Amino acid sequence: MISIVDYRAGNLRSVARACREVGANAELVAEPERIATSERIIFPGVGTAESGMRTLRKTGLDEALKAAFARGTPILGICLGAQIILDHSEEGNEKCLGLVTGQCRRFSPEDPELKVPHIGWNQVVVRQTHPLLDGFPDGAEFYFVNSYYPDPEDTNCVYGESDYGHPFCAMLGRGNLFATQFHLEKSGRWGLDLLRRFTLWDG
Amino acid sequence: MLTKRLIACLDVRDGQLAKSINFVDTKNIGDPVAKAREYYEGGVDELVFYDITASSDAREIMIDVVEAVAAQVFIPFSVGGGIRSEADATKLRLAGAEKINVNSAAVQRPKLISEIAHAIGRQNTVLSMDIRRVAPSSEVPSGYEIVINGGRKPMGLDVVMWAQRGQELGAGELVVNSIDADGTQDGYELTLTHTIAEAVSIPVIASGGAGRPEHLYDVLTKGKADAALVASMVHYDHYTCREIKEDLAERGLPMRLWY
Repeated sequence: MISIVDYRAGNLRSVARACREVGANAELVAEPERIATSERIIFPGVGTAESGMRTLRKTGLDEALKAAFARGTPILGICLGAQIILDHSEEGNEKCLGLVTGQCRRFSPEDPELKVPHIGWNQVVVRQTHPLLDGFPDGAEFYFVNSYYPDPEDTNCVYGESDYGHPFCAMLGRGNLFATQFHLEKSGRWGLDLLRRFTLWDG
Repeated sequence: MLTKRLIACLDVRDGQLAKSINFVDTKNIGDPVAKAREYYEGGVDELVFYDITASSDAREIMIDVVEAVAAQVFIPFSVGGGIRSEADATKLRLAGAEKINVNSAAVQRPKLISEIAHAIGRQNTVLSMDIRRVAPSSEVPSGYEIVINGGRKPMGLDVVMWAQRGQELGAGELVVNSIDADGTQDGYELTLTHTIAEAVSIPVIASGGAGRPEHLYDVLTKGKADAALVASMVHYDHYTCREIKEDLAERGLPMRLWY
């Protein structure tokens, strides 16, 4: 069973639907004690880093996620879940989970044609091999909705990049944790393929 | 760089797909869920469903349609038509819609835009505008007037003013729908689309009048639109989504072709 972390950060049902489509059982989980017994964890989310972190702290899900990461449970972060796994976010100057060393930064393109938020389909280029990227369509487009992007300090954590005024990290990972800034549940078959591989990944 | 988006629009009446010509004559042309799945597999970048059901008791049918689409289509889609409250928007979001389109009800009560943006995020709040060309006047200096209730009621409201107001209130995207061009297949209203795209800083979706791929090319370049909406062009099998996207890519536009 896959646990989808439910911390009231946007519509999580679409992630559950995508899991169903790839043949995986998934349920929304809001209790820290159930995170502790999860086989795999999906950490999605939209909204701001402040409100996301506030809810995680209040519910104790922050510690549950850190413990699950330390235990080796496979974790997949999506969108906000790819940002607040870093140490810190510029959004609200918020301290985050710190599973990956680095910052979450705001897009500030000089070109006025580049609107923020960055919304739509953008190309993702693979920077390193990873078991979850076996069969990944290098250079295909994925669906993004973001004003901020993850910026890990260690480039060894960067698995894929996109470009919006400058290259930015679109996929990152460390050990049993992998995360995509794009919405793989809204990115057509390639997104579903990546999700399917996660449902079989042992971290 | 972001690709230009091809969006297919499906008008739904009583759970069935319909296509209007100049907003009056609507004919049923099939099952919206099957069509949505077909376009999804064909590479459309986004879908829009407009509920044109007349009676309010048939609204629940739309929720069923949205749920069925969400179970089969894994790209963003939006839903509009008859949305009057934050509760309507939230219900459709939970059923699986990514974005919510507001139109007439927002003209009558602009605060609706802020309420919905607050509940589901600006990026998911789309303001659709139905627009008719008129003689420029002090009330409507641009010569483009907002009309509501499916094109039946002129509001004496200038489109540029309304587009900017909509952005301020929290719209994350605008649909610019020309009633003059709707259903004609003679091309989008380029001047109108360009005027609005220059007046706001949020993405603009051009709607109404697409008949051939060059129409999309024109509105995405000269018209400065970020996305182009099609209906008849794909509903009647004149073109597939892939044919349209490949044509635009050959003309040099960034398009998503690998899917």
